[in-house]
Amino acid sequence: MIPHVLNVVLFLPLIGVAAVLLARRSNEAARWTGLGFSLLTFLLSLELFFSYDTANPAMQFVEKGSWIPALNVSYHVGLDGISMLLVVLTTFLTPIVLISSWNSIAKQVPAYIALMLLLETAMIGVFSSLDTFLFYVFWELILIPMYFIIGIWGGKERIYATVKFFIYTMVGSLLMLIAIIWLGYYASTLPGGVFTTDITQLFDIAPTIPLDAQGWLFAAFALSFLIKVPAFPLHTWLPDAHVQAPTGGSVILAGVLLKMGTYGLIRFNLQLFPQSSIEFASILSALGVVGIIYGALVSMVQKDVKKLVAYSSVSHMGFILLGIFGVTVEGLQGGLIQMINHGLSTGALFLIVGMIYDRRHTRMIEDFGGLARQIPVFSTFFMIVTLSSIGLPGLNGFVGEFMILLGSFNSTVLGSPWYVIFAATGVVFAAVYMLWMFQRVVFGVSRSEENNKLVDLSSREIGLLLPIMLFIVWIGVYPSTFLEKSEPTMQRVVEKLEQVQRGELLSTTVSDK
Amino acid sequence: MMEQLLTDTLNTAPIIGTMLLALIVIMINALKKDSLAAEYWVSLIGIIGNIALAVWVFPVRGTAFEGMVLTGGFASITTIIFLVAAGLTIILSREYIAKIGINVGEFFHLILLAAAGMMTFAAGTDLVVTFIGLELMSIVLYSLAGISRRVLKANEAALKYFLLGAFASGFFLYGIALIYGTAETTNILEIAQNLQALKSEPLFLTGVGLLLIGFAFKVGAVPFHMWVPDVYEGSPTMVSAFMSTGAKAAAFTALLLVFTATFDFADSSINTVFAVLAVASMVIGNVVALSQSNLKRMLAYSSIAHAGYMLIGITVGGDMSLAGVLFYVVSYMFTNIGAFGIAAVIENKEQGGTDIDDFRGLYYRRPSLAVLMSVFMFSLVGLPPLAGFFGKYYIFVAAIEGGYTWLTIIGVITSMISVYYYLRGDVLPDRGAAGKYRVLGRQRVRPGTVRRGHPADRHLPVLDTHVDGPLILEAHASCLHI
Repeated sequence: MIPHVLNVVLFLPLIGVAAVLLARRSNEAARWTGLGFSLLTFLLSLELFFSYDTANPAMQFVEKGSWIPALNVSYHVGLDGISMLLVVLTTFLTPIVLISSWNSIAKQVPAYIALMLLLETAMIGVFSSLDTFLFYVFWELILIPMYFIIGIWGGKERIYATVKFFIYTMVGSLLMLIAIIWLGYYASTLPGGVFTTDITQLFDIAPTIPLDAQGWLFAAFALSFLIKVPAFPLHTWLPDAHVQAPTGGSVILAGVLLKMGTYGLIRFNLQLFPQSSIEFASILSALGVVGIIYGALVSMVQKDVKKLVAYSSVSHMGFILLGIFGVTVEGLQGGLIQMINHGLSTGALFLIVGMIYDRRHTRMIEDFGGLARQIPVFSTFFMIVTLSSIGLPGLNGFVGEFMILLGSFNSTVLGSPWYVIFAATGVVFAAVYMLWMFQRVVFGVSRSEENNKLVDLSSREIGLLLPIMLFIVWIGVYPSTFLEKSEPTMQRVVEKLEQVQRGELLSTTVSDK
Repeated sequence: MMEQLLTDTLNTAPIIGTMLLALIVIMINALKKDSLAAEYWVSLIGIIGNIALAVWVFPVRGTAFEGMVLTGGFASITTIIFLVAAGLTIILSREYIAKIGINVGEFFHLILLAAAGMMTFAAGTDLVVTFIGLELMSIVLYSLAGISRRVLKANEAALKYFLLGAFASGFFLYGIALIYGTAETTNILEIAQNLQALKSEPLFLTGVGLLLIGFAFKVGAVPFHMWVPDVYEGSPTMVSAFMSTGAKAAAFTALLLVFTATFDFADSSINTVFAVLAVASMVIGNVVALSQSNLKRMLAYSSIAHAGYMLIGITVGGDMSLAGVLFYVVSYMFTNIGAFGIAAVIENKEQGGTDIDDFRGLYYRRPSLAVLMSVFMFSLVGLPPLAGFFGKYYIFVAAIEGGYTWLTIIGVITSMISVYYYLRGDVLPDRGAAGKYRVLGRQRVRPGTVRRGHPADRHLPVLDTHVDGPLILEAHASCLHI
């Protein structure tokens, strides 16, 4: 057991930032330093995974220290089953992203790597914060490296895309800031209460918040998270950001940043505002279902592979939203595993699109064709990932989608099978757009002379796809390794919500005061 | 008697010292040829010495010269703020003024004298002293605004500033007269003692209202803001930097002292006036900033908007909120001097203007400057973990606790609007990228004119003030009780 392992995992990438900037004379040195730090962070985070006490649903690896006493803000971090898996996902994807950018990022290399490591610290911070103020700081800190990563290394319309991304996120999070402050203020109005931003204290206080205020707070938090997810009417920043971002940026964006939205919904909306969660569950689930179908339909007509993958994210994230607001253990567990699946599959899809773009400098479906003969290894990987994204049984996507559909079907909160019936059509659509795209790109006859000169994957590229493949199959065959970690935590979340639904929690908490 | 005079002089040493320093600098200029370096170093060393004096008198909390000037505590902190602003301005101006063709000796002298005026302004506990400080600061700033004598815009700026400023001073003075007429004293501590009785006097309230107009003009709050954009645009860039930070900080700290720390108008109609000023400044400042094409004008409107945020803090009152305002002033000072400083470096090094177009593609020409500029812009937006965010957070927390949630919501919505123009003032690569977001600008820079590692790059005040945030905050919370 490494002491203070969470602190180490959280801040090691930050030390890496300094190290990379010191090594800025040489691109090669910066690459190796960055990779070294991210790999070390990943190895240390495995300690989090293996020494996590599955039987204990409470926060573990907790670190607490005073930070700004004047505002009663403390540095308080810790992990439960939900956040631990997401932290490991983050540390797993970061080295892969750094390796994937080895040759494709040629200018300003040290800056790129430093920003990626800064991003890693911020992402881990978002998942592990147990103080709303700290959470907000990390949440917004994400914007700075992302702004530069898209804005400096992005495609032609990068400035437009990065500013749009920035403004969308900022609009949501500023409203969340008001809600955070208001929550702290509410804590101080209770008898003997003080202004606090500590999540564990807020969890106890929250159910006593008057219902109308709870509705507003729920909305402020939810808006911020739904923009990040992104849920249906708030998704328009996503295709722009994804298409313009460099490959590494897209992988991180799809792999981790979108999860921050769904993680926030579970951590804050469900746990802080149980009554409102139940009240708004059907609306949010409906948004999820609309997202599933809308994302799938729009994906179908895309001509650009990267844009297609970006819109498929909208569809996949819709599933997660549905799973969360079915408020059943199966649905939430499915949502969590689907977050990881989406990080792996969509991350891999973006990597694959990046690989072919590096070779051909185009992403248009019509320019390809017949790749299977020319570059079979590439095509094989592409196929596995495509099938995983569709949700083929035996691969990871199936597990998540099945659990979500099952959970929502049984949901007493939603109380209607129609959500699931509509959502299930999304699975069919997914097969249509993914397989159709795959067929046009990989099979058939080549539509361009240049396709015949393509070189197959290098060992570096195979090396970075293989670990993802491993987990795609692992989760598909034996998901319990991961599901068992988060199950007690999810059960506790659901129990609390069920209590509220029966009207128990409210009265007991009030009488305690 | 003599002893008392000596103690009082010692306790107000930073103010007197700064005035002496200004005189020394102008003497060097008169007596020595090619005195740029000498004046520069004397000014900087003198400023450091005065900061040390301010720290030294910090524990002496009280008043000097028969209750006319505040000493120690709050006064020390404001003194340090103004000295730091003056120091940064001098450091960043050195090459700039030589290039622009400003008479150097005068420039440093005037900056120091203005700083002395600000200190007096923010430390006066007698309205007459406050007024003397205000005038010393303002008159020096009028001449600084027009220091580039041959530039038409600078002349316009100086004249506009002077005419409107004189008008505002008139209001201020008339207000003092009316207050004296009813309270029979100009000492604000004595007035504060009789406040309950005075509050019902219509003439007294009129006087306070006139005083408020004078302050609102100096902080650049809507609707007394019309001078701000023209003056900031026309003045030499580093003078604008000094005005937007030092002068604004002075006006805010004096406002804090007069209206909240002593007069204590909590729960009165004055609060409504502050709230209206705050809302108008935030909304108009941020909305009009959207359409500016000149960086200095944009920063001018942004400074109006920031005055609005600080006014939220003044509206709410209470220790936390006032400490928040002070913290905001400090963080805003570093951020804004930095932003203007970069504009000055670009103007200086690239013979460019200060239109936003001139900053396009800066990242390719001077990456470190571009990144710093972005950091300043992010801080102005209020993005954690930069200082601007902590300032806003303190004020918003105080506002919600004080029952002003609606003001906070307006503040947050206008902050959202501001994101757009701050990013637009930003400098990310745009070379060859025809964005929908902005039209391609002129490429003013010729290859070969770019030189890396300019000294000014290194001097830029990097934003790490948030580290000191809590410390400053706690220091202030105690200082406000004099």
